[in-house]
Amino acid sequence: MEETFLIASPSPHLRSKETIARIMWRVTLSLIPVIMYSAYHFGVKVLVPIVFAMASAMALEVVCLAARRKKIAIVFDGSAALTGLLLAFNVPPEIDLWILFIGVAVAVCIAKHLFGGIGYNLFNPAFIGRAFLLAAWPAEMTHWTLNGVSTATPLGILKEHGYSAVVEAFGSKTAMYWHMFIGDIPGCIGETSALLIIVAGGLLFYWKIINWQTPAAYLMSILLLSWMFGGNSGFMSGDPLFYALSGGLCLAVFVMANDMVTSPLTLKGKFVFGLGCGVLTFIIRKYSAYPEGVSYAVLLMNACTPLIDKYIVNRRYGTQKA
Amino acid sequence: MIDRIKTVIGHLKFPTFQGGIHPEVDKELNGPKPSLIMELPQKVRIPLVQHIGRPARSLVQRGDMVKTGQVIGEATGFVSSRVHASISGKVSMIKKMPVARFKRGMCIEITSDGKDEKIWENIHRNWRELSRDEIREYATSAGIVGMGGAAFPTHVKLTLPPVARIDHVIINGVECEPYLDCDRSTMCHHTRKVVEGLHIIMKMMSARQGVVGIELNKPDAIEAMKNEIGADPTIKVEVMPLFEKYPQGGEKQLISAVTGREIPAGGLPLDVGCLVVNAGTALAIYEAVVGGKPLISRNVTVAGNCLKESVNVEVRIGTMISDIVDWLGGFSREPQTVILGGPMMGQSQFSYDIPIIKGTSGVLFFAKEKQKQLDMMPCIRCGKCVDVCPVGIDPAQICQAVEFGNYALAEKLGLRTCIKCGCCSYVCPAKRELVQLIEMGEHYIKNKDKKGH
Repeated sequence: MEETFLIASPSPHLRSKETIARIMWRVTLSLIPVIMYSAYHFGVKVLVPIVFAMASAMALEVVCLAARRKKIAIVFDGSAALTGLLLAFNVPPEIDLWILFIGVAVAVCIAKHLFGGIGYNLFNPAFIGRAFLLAAWPAEMTHWTLNGVSTATPLGILKEHGYSAVVEAFGSKTAMYWHMFIGDIPGCIGETSALLIIVAGGLLFYWKIINWQTPAAYLMSILLLSWMFGGNSGFMSGDPLFYALSGGLCLAVFVMANDMVTSPLTLKGKFVFGLGCGVLTFIIRKYSAYPEGVSYAVLLMNACTPLIDKYIVNRRYGTQKA
Repeated sequence: MIDRIKTVIGHLKFPTFQGGIHPEVDKELNGPKPSLIMELPQKVRIPLVQHIGRPARSLVQRGDMVKTGQVIGEATGFVSSRVHASISGKVSMIKKMPVARFKRGMCIEITSDGKDEKIWENIHRNWRELSRDEIREYATSAGIVGMGGAAFPTHVKLTLPPVARIDHVIINGVECEPYLDCDRSTMCHHTRKVVEGLHIIMKMMSARQGVVGIELNKPDAIEAMKNEIGADPTIKVEVMPLFEKYPQGGEKQLISAVTGREIPAGGLPLDVGCLVVNAGTALAIYEAVVGGKPLISRNVTVAGNCLKESVNVEVRIGTMISDIVDWLGGFSREPQTVILGGPMMGQSQFSYDIPIIKGTSGVLFFAKEKQKQLDMMPCIRCGKCVDVCPVGIDPAQICQAVEFGNYALAEKLGLRTCIKCGCCSYVCPAKRELVQLIEMGEHYIKNKDKKGH
């Protein structure tokens, strides 16, 4: 037998097909129905900020990679495009593109690359971008329009005028739930349709990109807290369904809070993470000056992630069974 | 989704362990394979180190004539093992050469005289009449080591400290590594011998319960073993079908699956009253005790997408891989990777010029598309490695600690608990060499410990 060159590599010699790029592009793919609904709901012009955010995120990623002397090809792993898309989902449809660009720059350059690029960022880049924009341009970031008319989001009405005013605005409770479920309400570009976001979450679960722990814990805690303390007429008078369907909650529960990099490693940790997100979201919505608290809640829990990873670990084989 | 539901149901219906994976494999290569016996090779190269422990000491010199089954290497301590000539002929070379798993070792090359004169013929002992010490003596002198891959000298396992008690003797017929099929073949074709081998071990250990653990994907082996055991109601042996999952064939995982017990950190199976023996080893014990046959041959799976046909083949210990390939009729295309053992834990080799040893369960040949050069990306903390880890450690954090040189932290996180099964590296979407990093960390800690005192 003639001598040939054999490749000697460390075991295991089998690898799964899953790659970072496949995960990131699949998340993007799962959100396409949401984009399409958004274009139908707010008008086709809403595609401009979405495409702009994705393109500028990728462009800025290239700049950052070049500055950090990394391989430029890393940009195709899709994480930058996804950050751009999710940030676009979290701004109002009439946002000025230059404001959006600054948000993308904060997300990609500061929240991601200053921390060391993919895998090393402590905070969800898209939510950092949103938080920055909300602090810098509060008026632009809370200026809602639908069909060319200025309007207010259900959460905004709740904060300003109370629960009965929200129901009044829709006519009846059933109509309110229905409109909020399919997404026929004002709001950020990608957060209105609970239905399609749940579909996206189902796809991600099917592809094993998200686990049930974070969404279940997040949803459970927000439903329970809003039911118990959300209402104005005492204990157990809140409307949990309203809380769950309003604002960016569904988007956070099924997609954004599940961001792998910034959530805990263990399944138990993910459950605790979800619980924390739910509690913080409720506290911010109910007791702070902001009508919406999802992004801050997730960011605060991102900060707790290293702590969760340190203390909530799996039982090691051969150590005492609890 | 259906896979997930099946997994959940499987977990409920059949015993198994926590964590683990179902590797995606080439289905054509993964099924049962025909069993053959290889004709005598022209030469064999028998390493003096084929086992964990101290290498054997050579008893022959260049030019000596040896017979099949003659002792050519004597054990050099308790944790060591004898080595026998696997063919008759002339010792043509004694030299340090590459050996699978043990890097390089002294090897004795025997050139066949074509006669295959055996020294142990016409022995038939009734093991029921033998004492425990006699049984142990026969197993020790036959040079038997663990044939599932670990190659730990079996007589060491069979020698208990005075206080220890074994209640479960478990035959490992799991064969969880994809493509490997030699244990199934052994259990189907030598059913009675494997079962009697188990009885012999149970007698030695005074164990009350014998268990044969077989994964559900080997229904013929389960069937054959069940039929054989049904024939002898005097001894308590149970065939336990296990839910398919890698790495169920790991000693710790198999004990968990069968008994629900866990070996305490740093302990041995006997600490939880268990003894695990590979199916091939049980066969070797039977043949040694009853027939007086030393361990000079074994069943090996030869598979891969470079061969015309994947087979199980009984070969003499020391047969060169290149000779097996030639005997099978050569390659259908040029392989890029040669793996000794399974695809998950086996070692890839630098050449075909390497002998089969006692612990070699398979030889796999793969062409390029199986073996992509992968770029290691940073960890994206997806947590998949943590979910699949069968020993409940956190490969992601341990490897990050190793990468940053923080070995103390890596150790605190459970580096030493790792069993190197490779589930983490398999699932990692960032294609990180997690097992390799953990091994690097282990090496570093070991070397530091040595320097320390």
